[in-house]
Amino acid sequence: MSLDNHASNPGRRAFLKTAAVAAGSALVVSFTLPQRAFGAGSATPASAGTLTAFIRIATDGAVTLTLGKAEMGQGVHTGLAQLLADELEAPWAALHVEHAPALPAYAGPGFPMMITGGSTSIAGCFVPLRTAAAAAREMLVTEAASRWGVPASECTAVQGVVKHAASARQFTYGELAAAAGQREVPAKPTLKPRSEWRYIGQAMPRVDSAAKSRGETRYGLDVRRPGQRYAQLARPPRGGRLSEANVAAARAVPGVTHVFEIPQGIAVVATNTWAAKQGRNALQPKMVVDQDAGFSTAALAKRYSELSKQPGQVARAEGDIAKAAANATQRVEADYAFPYLAHAPMEPLNCTALVTPEGVQLWLGTQGQTFDQLAAARAAGVRPDQVSIETCMLGGGFGRRAAVAGDNVGPAVEIAKRLPGIPVQLVWTREDDLTDGFYRPQAHHHVVAHLGADGFPVAWQHTVVGQPLVKGTPLEKMMLNPQTGIEVTLTEGIDNLPYAIPVVHVQVHQTSAKVPVQWWRSVGSTHTSFALECGIDECARAARQDPVAYRLALLKNSPKEKRALEMVAAKAGWGTPLPKGRARGVAVASSFGSTVAQVAEVSVVDGQPRVHRVVAVMDCGTVVNPRLVEQQVQSAIALGLSAALREEITFAADQVEQTNFHAYRPLRLHEMPVVEVHLVESTEPPTGVGEPGTPPIGPAVANALRALTGEAVRQLPFSRRNWG
Amino acid sequence: MKLQVNGTTHEVDAPADMPLLWAIRDLLNLTGTKFGCGMAQCGACTIHLDGAPVRACVTPVAAAEGKAVTTIEAIAATELGQRIQAAWVAEDVPQCGYCQSGQIMSAVALLKEHPQPTDADIDTAMDGNLCRCGTYNRIRRAIHRAAGN
Repeated sequence: MSLDNHASNPGRRAFLKTAAVAAGSALVVSFTLPQRAFGAGSATPASAGTLTAFIRIATDGAVTLTLGKAEMGQGVHTGLAQLLADELEAPWAALHVEHAPALPAYAGPGFPMMITGGSTSIAGCFVPLRTAAAAAREMLVTEAASRWGVPASECTAVQGVVKHAASARQFTYGELAAAAGQREVPAKPTLKPRSEWRYIGQAMPRVDSAAKSRGETRYGLDVRRPGQRYAQLARPPRGGRLSEANVAAARAVPGVTHVFEIPQGIAVVATNTWAAKQGRNALQPKMVVDQDAGFSTAALAKRYSELSKQPGQVARAEGDIAKAAANATQRVEADYAFPYLAHAPMEPLNCTALVTPEGVQLWLGTQGQTFDQLAAARAAGVRPDQVSIETCMLGGGFGRRAAVAGDNVGPAVEIAKRLPGIPVQLVWTREDDLTDGFYRPQAHHHVVAHLGADGFPVAWQHTVVGQPLVKGTPLEKMMLNPQTGIEVTLTEGIDNLPYAIPVVHVQVHQTSAKVPVQWWRSVGSTHTSFALECGIDECARAARQDPVAYRLALLKNSPKEKRALEMVAAKAGWGTPLPKGRARGVAVASSFGSTVAQVAEVSVVDGQPRVHRVVAVMDCGTVVNPRLVEQQVQSAIALGLSAALREEITFAADQVEQTNFHAYRPLRLHEMPVVEVHLVESTEPPTGVGEPGTPPIGPAVANALRALTGEAVRQLPFSRRNWG
Repeated sequence: MKLQVNGTTHEVDAPADMPLLWAIRDLLNLTGTKFGCGMAQCGACTIHLDGAPVRACVTPVAAAEGKAVTTIEAIAATELGQRIQAAWVAEDVPQCGYCQSGQIMSAVALLKEHPQPTDADIDTAMDGNLCRCGTYNRIRRAIHRAAGN
């Protein structure tokens, strides 16, 4: 088979445009509280009562919670179960939690689609899910009251039972649910007062710990359907195509059943994953890369650095820079350069697809069911509502599994549609995952601060160079600043910086490097916070002031950041002596509505930074589950630290240089610092939890490294140089 | 060839060089053992071969012939396995959970060798098991808890 004349790489930009058109026309739904049972979904016992789309109660009292948010380790199934069970007055032991089918009822809140991201699950569902559960509870109470012929106001729902105290009668939820489900859904159910919360605010144990500790949890890669086949995809090189593949050799591998071309490459289908991999190896296609190719991240970094010194699009322009600069006594200038990053979830991407005359069935772990429906519909030529999705447990996500472009589902369905009636599991190897990914964008920041006679900045000039994430996709409108036309991910944390500086100018160069990019835990704040928090530290150093005291003075108009910083300094013992060879660094950052301050204690071991202890303060409003918030701050620190220490995806001659975990090296156990997490007590509405812990760790460590070695950190990851 | 997995002998039709991982996952459908990297870098596929921890992704199935393969599905058959799993639940260790089968298999092997491990022992034994969610501090605590430290 010759593939010479085939454009095997249709270009990812074209792909994104298709997504925009499809999404614009097909699937705009808003988050409403579903009222009644619906047809699809997992098997419902005939005797069960369905009370709103989220709650199903069986005659034995078992409560099944059907959640539209994907569990990828962040604990969302536990946290959302707390919201529902609290208002429902359901006994914790009676709860079962499952992923919802891909239906409009489970879209949002806050997005016109099913998506898990932006640290929005608990914050966004806090009122809607409790309202749905309160409605269900009132339906149960009304049913009981009606059976007894007493006013509903005389009845109470407590822990799975509706009681009428005056007559000492009671019904279990299981006895009431089927009939209660037929009752009218109250329009304005009454939520419990905070003082009566039973689960919200408590350190409830995770609902998924036991199964995950027994190896029983089924992830996407664990899907095993009758007659299932396994597929691997030989992808063309970036910027190029495949040619002269040895299809006969691939077909000759025992276990290989099919080899064929799809728009994304050459598919090898087999009776097991190993055979599919051996078949793909046997293809040995010629990789043809265009003559004028030669893209490298080193060259891109140089171009970005140059661009950062030139005028860009204006994100914020407040005050007169020239005038402020003329009155300044010191000038602090710094460049910060950031690499592409891979998400590298422990479970490599995969998708099991079955195409039948009725439509498409998908099984996968996903953060973005609506994107997947659109991708599958495009590939199979069906309507999005003909695509059913069983969301499996996710072996990590970090943003990678909210794939706007459908780069996982698309090829899986292309393969499955050639084998109608046969479920096919497309398995990405780690090499596929790292080299054919969508990445956190490479970026460059140029910062110039002008300090007045008192040492504080009178002007802040900040230029950001990087790729927007969603240009040309359905999300573009949601994520562009309508005034400036700049994607918010490029300036978040900077154009709204918390420090009181009279003159602030922020400019942006939105580039179009050909590397596909995607959100990575904490998105723009992965780099914006680093530049801001290292920049402010440089200013404190130039002003010969303590970094904490310096920040506190500048935070006079930002009470939340100020409080977090004061608290972290106290908890970390800021200013107290440390063992020789150690230093502390501090950073504070707000993202996703929450504020996190961190102090890191750092030394240098074998030329590289070693982080011994991190003290973190998190202000995320009302805490639904302190144990889960603590886990998420630990987790966010681990990922952010891993990236800062040595993660980078580099390209040379168009190709990714890191092919597996020997070259892309995540943090290991012995490198994990002791982490102490302190939560700010608050009765404000809940804000983001999953991501806000990530932004401060990089700059906190960098600032410690600066204090320790006297060397400024301008380039990520830290492993780019030896720290003596 | 014959493969003895979790006390049961299976007849598997596999080429000698097929990694044990795929025989376990795709031929025997025991999916508790995970695929993470395929080159012994992440430890997600850790199983026991005659009681010793090995990475199934780089162990040819032929090397397991005549030996006892133990996977996460059978680790609760021993008191130590139960104790470690109970400690994992008590500490709420897993987040996404994908790496935890491998973590537990490595932890069982560690405690068999060192019933009272030091932090340094834990560093050495567990460093081959990546966790991208960063559950490392709870893994360490759970091992100490299981050891009664």
